Amino acid sequence: MIRIDHLNVVFGRGRSTVHAVRDVSFAVRRGESFGLVGESGSGKSTVLRAIAGLVDDWTGTLEVAGTAQARRRSRDFRRQVQMVFQDPYGSLHPRHTVDHILKEPLYIHRLEATDDRVVESLEEVGLDASFRFRFPHQLSGGQRQRIAVARALIMEPSVLLLDEPTSALDVSIQAEVLNLLTRLRREHDLTYILVSHDLAVVSHMCERLAVMRLGEVVEDLAIEQLRRHMPTHPYTRQLFQAAHGYSRDFVAQLVDDI
Amino acid sequence: MAETPLLEVEDLHVTFRTPKGPVEAVRGVTFKLGREKLGIVGESGSGKSQTGRAILGLIDSRGEVRAKTLRFAGSDLLSADERAMRRIRGNRISMILQDPKYSLNPVMTVGHQIAEAFLVHYKASRKDARRRTLEMLEAVRIRDPERVYHAYPHELSGGMGQRVMIAMMMIPEPDIIIADEPTSALDVTVSLQVLAILDDMVTRLGTGLIFISHDLNLVASFCDRILIMYAGRVVETCPAGELDKAQHPYTRGLLNCLPKIEQGAEILPTLVRDPSWATQDETAR
Repeated sequence: MIRIDHLNVVFGRGRSTVHAVRDVSFAVRRGESFGLVGESGSGKSTVLRAIAGLVDDWTGTLEVAGTAQARRRSRDFRRQVQMVFQDPYGSLHPRHTVDHILKEPLYIHRLEATDDRVVESLEEVGLDASFRFRFPHQLSGGQRQRIAVARALIMEPSVLLLDEPTSALDVSIQAEVLNLLTRLRREHDLTYILVSHDLAVVSHMCERLAVMRLGEVVEDLAIEQLRRHMPTHPYTRQLFQAAHGYSRDFVAQLVDDI
Repeated sequence: MAETPLLEVEDLHVTFRTPKGPVEAVRGVTFKLGREKLGIVGESGSGKSQTGRAILGLIDSRGEVRAKTLRFAGSDLLSADERAMRRIRGNRISMILQDPKYSLNPVMTVGHQIAEAFLVHYKASRKDARRRTLEMLEAVRIRDPERVYHAYPHELSGGMGQRVMIAMMMIPEPDIIIADEPTSALDVTVSLQVLAILDDMVTRLGTGLIFISHDLNLVASFCDRILIMYAGRVVETCPAGELDKAQHPYTRGLLNCLPKIEQGAEILPTLVRDPSWATQDETAR
């Protein structure tokens, strides 16, 4: 469904050049859920933004559904590939009602923006029609993230790009949103790319993951390998152990440069 | 913990006046702190941060603090005036906040800020303060203390910034440190390294630590004892090592809804909130 080959992203020029993504290649099958894990500055979000077409300075090949993508994406691509951002407080227009937020992408794509369609997509994410005329500040964090998912789904996409969709939420709300995403993937045969710093979230949601560090993919492995404690790269192993909480001994053997 | 506790809190209430009427953020919290690492865990709005702020008298003017007892090392914090509080704050009880980006002064060098924290509380020469500051920076394992001394906060990474915060808060050698989500803005490995520094210092100086966090597993692995807060109340207290044996349905629910690396469940159990959790008394064990 998605194939990336030798993706490079370079920001800035001259002395202030930042090589944010270095030679990243991976492929995601239709219906698969693929995780990108790494610490801040590892380039994981930049890869996602490059796929979405939100970053211009990239080189390499990027194929979605068998079509090579140019810098400027087609209208069809923009319908098929939708993104959900990390911060539900920043990603919804504060002065638009939920109704307006959900209809806007339909207007842009000159699709029929009926009230029924809005209500239907609200129901899809577990909210009822009474939410239509609320403003984002009248919603909780979890409800906002549901609206962000509804806005992506209303375009009937085949790919969802999820950038830390639950890291701003409490764990009980995180569980609800993750369950929602799991159900939607099954019902709509969606392909996910999920970016997260949380190894547990990725291993819950994905079948395969790539671990990124300093712009490079250090390891690409199946979740099964991770579960059986078999990550091969020392950095992955370190992340894996760190995800199991604090231990003085573990910190003592942490190495900064692997 | 046979000795007198460092801190005694009994029936603490924090109420805020709002246009829609009073909001009770903390409703009757009781605990004692010895020379130990105590974790306070809860979701947003549970009152965990306000509990920490109330101890230091940092609740703003719209809020009101009431308690039966709020006693630090034998002296009453409730009747202490602002001058007495200022002598305690920083010197005897200090606080580490979540984001070093906002809690450090951006127009002062790191060295100056740490030295200031020392000079405010001790009669010492600038030279001594400088020497102590460099020692402190070394103690929080900053590789090049001399360079960092002259650096401004924006020149440091998040992990370095938080180490600087710890150095600043530890330099007057307080009896209690209240750390409110000290590592939530940091990457996981950096966060563990910062915690190790805090751990070593607290153990060496015998400081009492109140560690406020939303991260149940982190607190369980780092602290000695945990209070679990829900809707302004402590619903359960347990030794950190026995969190997996927690009784209260809220604690159990929180533990269950965390995704786990080892077991792949298709659907995560979600938390069904029982209104009685907000009113029932704590299940102590």
